[in-house]
Amino acid sequence: MSEVKNVLFSPIFSNNPIALQILGICSALAVTSSLSVSLVMAIALTSVTAFSNLFISLIRSQIPSSIRIIVQMIVIASLVIVVDQILKAFAYEISKQLSVFVGLIITNCIVMGRAEAYAMKNGPVMSFVDGIGNGLGYSIMLLIVAFFRELLGAGKLFGVEVLTTVQNGGWYQPNGLMLLPPSAFFVIGLVIWALRAWQTNQVEAADYTIATNSKMREAM
Amino acid sequence: MEHFISLFIKAVFVENMALSFFLGMCTFLALSKKVETAIGLGIAVIVVLSITVPLNNVIYANLLADGALEWAGLPSVDLSFLGLLSYIGVIAAAVQILEMSLDKFMPALYNALGVFLPLITVNCAILGASLFMVERDYNFGESVVYGAGAGIGWALAIAALAGIREKLKYSDVPMGLRGLGITFITVGLMSLGFMSFSGVQL
Repeated sequence: MSEVKNVLFSPIFSNNPIALQILGICSALAVTSSLSVSLVMAIALTSVTAFSNLFISLIRSQIPSSIRIIVQMIVIASLVIVVDQILKAFAYEISKQLSVFVGLIITNCIVMGRAEAYAMKNGPVMSFVDGIGNGLGYSIMLLIVAFFRELLGAGKLFGVEVLTTVQNGGWYQPNGLMLLPPSAFFVIGLVIWALRAWQTNQVEAADYTIATNSKMREAM
Repeated sequence: MEHFISLFIKAVFVENMALSFFLGMCTFLALSKKVETAIGLGIAVIVVLSITVPLNNVIYANLLADGALEWAGLPSVDLSFLGLLSYIGVIAAAVQILEMSLDKFMPALYNALGVFLPLITVNCAILGASLFMVERDYNFGESVVYGAGAGIGWALAIAALAGIREKLKYSDVPMGLRGLGITFITVGLMSLGFMSFSGVQL
């Protein structure tokens, strides 16, 4: 049982796919200007990761290793087509806003990375749990970034006004930069900083350090 | 001609794949520590994009689009939902063929590109360019220009970032921000710089 818990929760903070494994960053940056869109994206990605892990794990001993990448791609692409069609049928407005990014779940490195690193070696149930865990890690990051961007950029959360903006006779002057692409990078950079200040074992070693000054005696 | 030039400039600068659509970010951040590898990867992306975008355009226009199967006597068939599957198949196959033919005919370039070629299959910039091509209804000529432009824009961005990171390693960055954190902030500033192109009307 503790193994399940570990597989499910460790990707959330201690081994976060975005902040530590550098996986799946493209969509994390592009869809986070509003909370509701990011929530849909997070659910879509979590379900694709979980089910692709499950199916790939089920057929893992039948896949010849020379063509495994193509087999994984096809499983993932079929799942993404299902998700895409469901979104178009039930949430058309949001699927328009996500535009190409639903399709890009196929090349989202989280899905591919977990299939290759975990599902090819572990049983179906654990792989499914691992998919959900990594999906959750991704979702949390996405929601944190979207929360700050929507709150500071438009004064809204889920489209409901929280800080009354100047345009509507309130006090908050919305920061338009937060809705623009570059702010996503800044917010993720700062979140990573905060995360690593808390979990110091994630800090990367410096490539280059300044040598300490030589002692007086050696210099002489 | 003018239309193609403006489309090209737009694809390279105004709608830069990496810095305004964030495509191909995983490789963009992971492999930009050295200028040499960055340029190698950039060239590989240019080649693959200029092949796959026109190829996917041909497939979309002749097989998948609504009513495209008219030549086969099936005017009411719409296969566009199969798009994702066929684009990724074309990309995987194109990369594989490119790898084999480079190995046979241009071993020097093959060795220079090394491990980056297979990695390109999972680069979102490649699939993203094909999806944008479909979404914006480019014809064949436009898709050739768009593919090349998008590739050059991406290569330009990764080479620039690698240059900055090579200098950056000598600076004293706060503990938690080291490595990935400061790279994100650098890319944010670069993206802010590229936004100045968005005022350009073409």
